[in-house]
Amino acid sequence: MTSTPAPIEARGILTQFGTNVVHENLDFAVRKGEIVGLVGGSGTGKSVLMNTLLGLKSPEGGDVRYFGKKRADLSPKEKTKLQNEIGVLFQGGALFSSMTVRQNVMVPLIEHFDLPEALMRELADMKIHMVGLPPEAAVLYPADLSGGMRKRAGLARSLALDPQILFLDEPTAGLDPIGAHAFDQLILALREAMDLTVLMITHDLDSLYAICDRVAVLVDKKIGVYDTLDKVAQFDHPWVQEYFGGPRARATMATPGQKRRDKASA
Amino acid sequence: MLAAPATYDLSIQARTLRIVAKGLWTLETVAELDPKLRRDLKGLVYEHVAFDLTGVEGLDTAGAFLLTRAIESDNKFKDWVLSAGNPGQQTLLKVAADAQLGEPPRETQQWRDVLVRTGKATMRFLDETVDTFAFLGQFFSRFVGVLLRPSHWRLKSVVALMEEVGLDAAPIVAILAFAIGAVIAYMGANLLGQLGFSVFMVDLVGFAMLRELAVVITAILIAGRSASAFTAQIGAMKMRQETDAMTVMGLDTFETLVVPRAVAMLLTLPILTFLAMMSGIFGGLIVAWVTPTDISPILFINRLREMVGISHFWVGMVKAPFFAIVIAIIGCRQGLAVSGSVESLGSRVTTSVVQAIFAVIFIDALFAVLFFQLGV
Repeated sequence: MTSTPAPIEARGILTQFGTNVVHENLDFAVRKGEIVGLVGGSGTGKSVLMNTLLGLKSPEGGDVRYFGKKRADLSPKEKTKLQNEIGVLFQGGALFSSMTVRQNVMVPLIEHFDLPEALMRELADMKIHMVGLPPEAAVLYPADLSGGMRKRAGLARSLALDPQILFLDEPTAGLDPIGAHAFDQLILALREAMDLTVLMITHDLDSLYAICDRVAVLVDKKIGVYDTLDKVAQFDHPWVQEYFGGPRARATMATPGQKRRDKASA
Repeated sequence: MLAAPATYDLSIQARTLRIVAKGLWTLETVAELDPKLRRDLKGLVYEHVAFDLTGVEGLDTAGAFLLTRAIESDNKFKDWVLSAGNPGQQTLLKVAADAQLGEPPRETQQWRDVLVRTGKATMRFLDETVDTFAFLGQFFSRFVGVLLRPSHWRLKSVVALMEEVGLDAAPIVAILAFAIGAVIAYMGANLLGQLGFSVFMVDLVGFAMLRELAVVITAILIAGRSASAFTAQIGAMKMRQETDAMTVMGLDTFETLVVPRAVAMLLTLPILTFLAMMSGIFGGLIVAWVTPTDISPILFINRLREMVGISHFWVGMVKAPFFAIVIAIIGCRQGLAVSGSVESLGSRVTTSVVQAIFAVIFIDALFAVLFFQLGV
């Protein structure tokens, strides 16, 4: 292998609901080890794109490739193996409400590996520790957790099988700025530790500035621009200009030095 | 490429434990390695740990976790270094070592969990009982306050709730009571007919329906129907912070939500009970007429008037207001106890129905003892 194929790649994706075309001829690829932020206005199909990449929805045209292989060509066994390489954090955490946090994290381990119960508990507890939850949280039920803790618990579950690719759907939505910042730093640290490739849907400008290597903007049914944040912000498109030129964005961009330092130190 | 099986080699030199690992240290292999490594590490005495992972072909957090078990022995944490290996392995080992350090050893044993849960359930039962009584007391103090101030009678909401609790439930109560009356009559016809006293089935239907069945069946039905509805309504308001909005606007949630429901229940349950009594007796009358016992409606009613005194009617009727208050109070209390989550709404609705039915039957039993002692 001379060049590593992209962990996730979409080619010529066509998505439509009835006559309503959401994506047309959409190309998108994430390089190994990078954190990519996906932004776009409401109704541009960010979540649909994520579902397509995850295989929860099959596109009407085009194909999705993982590590250079078409998803459609994979055998069921390969698909399962691939699924274990992908971790997903859904917006609300999507924890199973009838199970404790530890049991939640153990679900993928139980399903895919034949490990002794005690060892699985230990491994689950390690993941719970890794995402920054206190040990007591392991025996709590999702209903007993705060929003931020629930996201961390969801993250612990998505990391249970040491995936290579991590999908995050609005990871910082609903968190206070301190919690959001801590979560951003956590993602950076985990990328470092576990060699993750991360694709996150986010509306949090702070997150985009703080941790994303590249930003993809979904406009006009395709990825309109896909580059580092500075270059994306210069892109000449009304929506992009409004998004990155708005008062909130300007305020965030006003202190870029701070963000860069955070990024370097993490 | 076939990965080499995972192996390791432990050696101690100058109080330093040297771990040379080779092969694949991942989730696939840890199950096999874990017990062996644990056994081998036991009893070793060392101060430092050095890892040599140059021969490791694959390492994930699970593998790193296993390796870093070595840093803890005799409840003391040793310092460790990666003497040979790549930066990726270094970060993984660090993460795993942090987890070893950060986590207090916690024993979770199944039998202990059972005891803990039993204890918790017992405490919750006691708490719930105390809280329900406290709520009942709170209700009466507010209720008297509202009664004294006619401007605070929320008649509109009481009437609307009466329709929901009473009128809407009337058909099902009537049908159910009719069926029960018929069943009792059949039983009587069967058993008493064998002895030649089939006319006593009238007494049986009258006693059973008036004293016990009509009121208990109605109360249980309403407990299932309206206690859950009260909990769901108030709980949903609580979840959407409507109750909070009411409080900050100076509306008393007790007065606006609980009192009207309790009053509506208090007014309708006796009416429903009366309906159930009549319907049940009618069911018995029909069965008595159509079965071979051949008791005509006129005979049935005459015998009923002769043998079953009016006191039995009152014995049944007097229980209805008690059931009404208890059902309404339990439904409302559970509704107000809902916290923010959907799960809690679901579990509160279940609790409310269970508690209400339990309370109805328990109170009925108390009344049975009381009336027996009084000789009524």
